[in-house]
Amino acid sequence: MGNKPLMAVRSLRKHFDAESKLFSKAKLLVHAVDEVSFDVEEGDSLGLVGESGCGKTTTGRVIVQLEKPTSGDILFRGKNIAEFSKSEQTNYHREVQMVFQDPYESLNPRMTVFEIITEPLNINGIGTRRQRVERARVFLHQVGISPAETFLSRYPHELSGGQRQRIAIARALVLEPVFLVADEPTSMLDVSVRTGVMELMLKLQEEYKMSYLYITHDLAVARYMCHRIAVMYLGKIVEAGETEDILLDAQHPYTRALLSAVSVPDPRIRRSQPRIKGGISKPINPPPECRFLERCPVATDYCRQNPHPPPVEINEGHLVSCYEATGGV
Amino acid sequence: MPVLSVKNLVMHYRTKEGYVRAVDGVSFDVGTGEVLGIVGESGCGKTSISMAILRLLPENAEFRGGQVFFNDGNETVDLVGLADSAMQKYRWKGISMIFQSAMNSLNPVYRIGDQILEAMKRHYPEISREAARKRVEELFRLVGLDPKRVKQYPHQYSGGMKQRAVIAMALACDPRLVIADEPTTALDVIVQDRIMRELKRIQRDLDMSMIYISHDIAVIAEVSDSVAIMYAGKLVELADTATIFDRPKHPYTNGLMNAFPSVVGKKRRLCTIPGEPPDLLNPPSGCRFATRCSYADDQCKKADPEFRALEEGHYVACFYPVEREKSLEEITESGE
Repeated sequence: MGNKPLMAVRSLRKHFDAESKLFSKAKLLVHAVDEVSFDVEEGDSLGLVGESGCGKTTTGRVIVQLEKPTSGDILFRGKNIAEFSKSEQTNYHREVQMVFQDPYESLNPRMTVFEIITEPLNINGIGTRRQRVERARVFLHQVGISPAETFLSRYPHELSGGQRQRIAIARALVLEPVFLVADEPTSMLDVSVRTGVMELMLKLQEEYKMSYLYITHDLAVARYMCHRIAVMYLGKIVEAGETEDILLDAQHPYTRALLSAVSVPDPRIRRSQPRIKGGISKPINPPPECRFLERCPVATDYCRQNPHPPPVEINEGHLVSCYEATGGV
Repeated sequence: MPVLSVKNLVMHYRTKEGYVRAVDGVSFDVGTGEVLGIVGESGCGKTSISMAILRLLPENAEFRGGQVFFNDGNETVDLVGLADSAMQKYRWKGISMIFQSAMNSLNPVYRIGDQILEAMKRHYPEISREAARKRVEELFRLVGLDPKRVKQYPHQYSGGMKQRAVIAMALACDPRLVIADEPTTALDVIVQDRIMRELKRIQRDLDMSMIYISHDIAVIAEVSDSVAIMYAGKLVELADTATIFDRPKHPYTNGLMNAFPSVVGKKRRLCTIPGEPPDLLNPPSGCRFATRCSYADDQCKKADPEFRALEEGHYVACFYPVEREKSLEEITESGE
C-alpha cells in the first residue's frame, strides 16, 4: 500500500436544508462542511477542533457513513468508500468505529452490558457465544471495568457516566477497528473521571495501533490527545498542523483567538483578551469571501475582494487559510 | 464583617432510600467585594449550597443544622431560621443568583426587558415605569447588550446574549452578593471568556461580593480571590487563590490540579484519580475521599478529619496534608 494515508478526506462537502422562511422561494442551505480535506495516517491522531456549529461532528458522521456527503471523497486505504463493494462496505463498518459524546444517550437502556458490547459481534457473526462472552470480558477489562463478571448483566442505568463511556468505548473496540472517530468522548464526564478515560484512549490507541479522529471543542484536550490538530470555523478548516506548532505558532487569527480564550489553571497568568469581533453565525448560503471575514481583527480590502483563502503550507505540514498570515496579499 | 458567613451547614435530601447527605457540615465566609470560587464535580453539593443559601429548595430538602448569616448592610440575619415570607426580602435585593443554564431560566413568552422589569417592580413597588425602563436599559448597557433589544424575546437571542440577560436580571436590584452557578459552562470558549471577563469587571466596578461555582479550576483560578474545594458534600480545602494553586494540601485538590490539561507551558502527563465519587446516600465512614486516596490509612477510614487551619486562612480537612506533587512528568517530543 506504500504511503497512502489510512483515511483521506478530499474536498468534503455536506450541505443541509435550512428552515426556509414561510413562502420564501430562496433555498437556504447550511454549508455545514465545505471543502474539507485532511489525511490521517496509520497510528496517527488528528484533533478536529472548533466551536459548536463549525461542522466538526458532521465531518465525523460523514466518515462513519451516518450522513451522506453532498460532494467530495473519502478514501480508506486509498480506495474511495463510495465505490466499495458490499463486502468492502461491511469490512469498512468493522474497521471504522465511532464513540459518541453522550454516554447517557448512546447506550440502549434495554440492553445489558453484555448485549451492548457483543452486539457488533452478533451483527458480524463473529464467534460462538462462549467466545463472545470471553471477548466481552477481555474488553471490559481493557477499558478498566472490573471485575468484568459483575458488570456483564447490568443495565446502563446502573452505571455511572464514566462507566458508561467506558462501555461505549469497549463496544467500539470489540471489532478491533483501525480507525476511531471519537466525538467529544470526555466532555460530559467529570474532571476526576475524565482524565481516566483520556488516558485509557491513549493507552488503547498505542496498544491496538489505532488512528483517531478526535473531535473536541477543547484545545487543551486536543493538545493532550492528538499528534495533529485541525481548526474548523463555519465548515472550513482554517489551520492545521502538528499539535505543538498549532499551540506555539498559531498563524490564523481565529486559532489565536481560540487559544487566548482558554482559561489557564494558574492565577498568576493574565491572558490577553482574544482578538475577535462579534459572534458566531451559521454558514447559511455563505458569501464566497473568507468565512472569518466579519470577525477578523486583521482583515484587509484584499480579503473582502477575494474568495475564501486556500490553504497555504507555511511550514512542513502546517497549513493556514489566511491571506494576511501567509503573505498572499 | 463578612457579607455571608456559612457555619457548619448541614442540608440533606429525604428520599425513599434514605437521606442524601448533599451538604454535610460546610463553613465559609464571603467578604465585601470578595469572589469566592467553589470547585467540585457534579453531585458534590455545590449547587445545593447555593440553593440552601437562597432557600430555593425542593420539598424533600431538610436543614439539619448550621446557620447562614447574611449582612444586608445594616443588620445580620440567619437565613436558615427565616420564614419564607421574610426570606423574600433578601432574594434578588440582598442575594441574587445567576443560574446554570441561562437558556432555560428565561421565560420564552415574555420580552426580555419585561422579565427584568418584573423582578425589579416586585422589590421596588414604588418605582415608576419610566424609571424602571431606564434602569433596564442601563443594565443592558452594563452587561454589553444593545438596549434596542429590550423588546425582543428569548428566542431572538443567542446563547451568549441570553446569559448576559440573565446576568442583567441578577443585577437588577443591586444585590450585595451574587451567586453565579456555572454561569458560562454551556457556552463556546470565546463567548465563555467574554462573559467571564464582563462578570468580573462588573463585580469589581460595583464592589459586589460573589460566589462563583464551577467544575473548572482554570476558570476559578482566573475569577476568584479565594477558593473552596468541595468533595462529596464537604469542603476539603479553603484558602486564597494563590495559596490553593501554589500549595494545595489536600490530596483531592492535588489530584484536580494534575487532572487538567493546559494549553500553556510544557505538555505534562496527567494524573488520574482512581475510582469514582461516593454515593451520598451511604457515604463511607471516615474521610469521604479515603477510598480514592493514595495516602489513606486506617485512621482515614475510621475518623472524619476535622476542617482545620494549617496556617492563617488556609483550611484543610485531611490527616495527612501533602506537599504539591510537582513531579508531573513532562512529555517530551521524542517520546511522541
